[in-house]
Amino acid sequence: MLFKVFAASELIRLYELLAADRIVGPVKKGDDQYGRSLYDFDVVHDFSDLHLDYGQTIHSAKNYFLPYREDLCAFTFQDDGSGASGDWHKEVDYGVYAPLVLFGLHPCDINALNKLDKVLLGGKYPNPFYGEKRANMFIVGHSCSPQPFCFCKSMGTDSAIRGFDLFLTRMDDLYFAEILSSRAFHLLEQIDCHDPDSSELRHYMEIMEAKESLFVAHVDTSDLTKILDLEFQASVWQEWGQKCLSCGTCAQVCPTCYCYGVEERVDMDFSRAHKEKQLYSCNLLDFASVAGGHNFRPESHTRLKYRYYHKHRGFVEAFEESLCVGCGRCGQSCLARITVPEVIASVRASKE
Amino acid sequence: MNTNLECVQPVSGEEFEYSYKAEITNVYPLTRMEKLYQIQLVDPIERERFIFRPGQFVMLELPGIGEAPFSITSSPVRHGDLELCIRAVGNMTRFLDRVGRGTRVGISGPFGTHFPVEKMEGEDILLIAGGLGIAPLRSPILAVLETRSRYGQVDIIYGARRPSELLFDYEYAMWRQFDVGLDIIVDREEPGWQGPVGLITEILKERIAKGQTDRFRERTSAIVCGPPVMFRFVCDLLIAAQVPVEKIFVSLERRMHCGRGKCCRCNIGSTNTCLDGPVFDYWSVLNLKEAI
Repeated sequence: MLFKVFAASELIRLYELLAADRIVGPVKKGDDQYGRSLYDFDVVHDFSDLHLDYGQTIHSAKNYFLPYREDLCAFTFQDDGSGASGDWHKEVDYGVYAPLVLFGLHPCDINALNKLDKVLLGGKYPNPFYGEKRANMFIVGHSCSPQPFCFCKSMGTDSAIRGFDLFLTRMDDLYFAEILSSRAFHLLEQIDCHDPDSSELRHYMEIMEAKESLFVAHVDTSDLTKILDLEFQASVWQEWGQKCLSCGTCAQVCPTCYCYGVEERVDMDFSRAHKEKQLYSCNLLDFASVAGGHNFRPESHTRLKYRYYHKHRGFVEAFEESLCVGCGRCGQSCLARITVPEVIASVRASKE
Repeated sequence: MNTNLECVQPVSGEEFEYSYKAEITNVYPLTRMEKLYQIQLVDPIERERFIFRPGQFVMLELPGIGEAPFSITSSPVRHGDLELCIRAVGNMTRFLDRVGRGTRVGISGPFGTHFPVEKMEGEDILLIAGGLGIAPLRSPILAVLETRSRYGQVDIIYGARRPSELLFDYEYAMWRQFDVGLDIIVDREEPGWQGPVGLITEILKERIAKGQTDRFRERTSAIVCGPPVMFRFVCDLLIAAQVPVEKIFVSLERRMHCGRGKCCRCNIGSTNTCLDGPVFDYWSVLNLKEAI
């Protein structure tokens, strides 16, 4: 990893160099009832719209690498006019024609991409819809200041060591840049920057250390996979299940929830059909129901429990790390105010 | 534009959405609800190269209607000349129920694990099916019958709700010709039925009582498929008879939208039923929460 330092006033130069391509970054969307700003990832049209000082966005940037709706293929029906069921032709289009710049991702969201890579690009059937987007992505990370609901430190995702091209840390009127790709290296050649001197390096280390102490929320993950197995029948799950509205909001805002369902829709003139992938949530009632009516997880608590088992146990077993990055978005968005730190603490405290 | 960004097209995963073009060549009604669909891959080379093992499944795609997983019910020697036994019960299968021969469909696969009949050579085999569970079991049954001399005693136990719901009844005489013990039991009697009435576990208990414990312990494998409620009762009896847990194989059903381990709908804990299943040995089932 190479390090460079440049003046904060140079950032607009960096932005303009990248703006030849589509830039997605944190944009202010409005205010909540307490007057606090709400941010979300969206296409940035002007440097002044880019709010790199955001606390946390409502949604992750998922829509740009795992779109909520995406066509997997299209069918063209070739009707021979005889009235009999005709033949069809299938076309697959991954839909990636231009690179995308993700500007201002926090370490949690960068780590979310690293985790998704393992499951979506690994195995026997790597997913090309995701893979093409990933291959055509330029990621500029940005340092964050921990919010009260952030527990990324507990999940080991509070700093990103890979999965980005360039990572910027704000140091007063300077930016400390970590460079991980040749593309980022060439980019920085075009702006006024220099190698960090010893006082700048020390300043950077101090900022890193200061961040550690700002975390409020914690999750004890020691032996968590084993504890989740031991407490599979614990009654706390039912208590959380009674609170849970099974609305799926947590999965919608989560940067790593990748489950989906497939539906087909036919054009009005019956000439074509599209197979559409829609991101789903394991908390929705019919997630595990099969034809004929049997539902493998009919109760709300079994679905909520499954979500925790997949994130904190199943994924750990498969990839030796949790699928949760501790961004805290699910807890912030939950209508029933269910948060990951509370659920895991209650399961750990369970005496059954 | 100085950032050297350019659109690159990775080649891996080209086959992700690939499906073979196939044609429904014949449809045979088996019962009121189930039909046997003979589906042939259109391209003769693809058909020949379509090699699967008994217990694996395919994703059947009806353009504009949907895609769903189905166990292959034909013998592996037939390659891409497939037979699927399908009950008209969901949106897609009810549509399928109304289409006739000549319909072009998409087939992708074969996916998943299989019943390891090749490892069972020299052993006794117990095949236990409940209801529609006979569909995935017909493939290993035919595979075993084709190489019958390599196996010891072969017993098939099959339970259905009513005599009129028995599947593949026209083949039973042929199965029996291969020195196979075939016991059939129904939950409810119908006029003309002369066989036993009761639960599948009763007939399994009788079969176990006739066998020898050391044979169960040392040289018996079991293959089980049926409705979710059946697994535990049947497998508990097999374990009590000292069939080792790792030699009991079950085929599980889950909702699937991709068949390729990416949609996560069939996930059980850390396990995807489409990749690590649908065939599991019973040890893996015990090791998984909420598998059965």
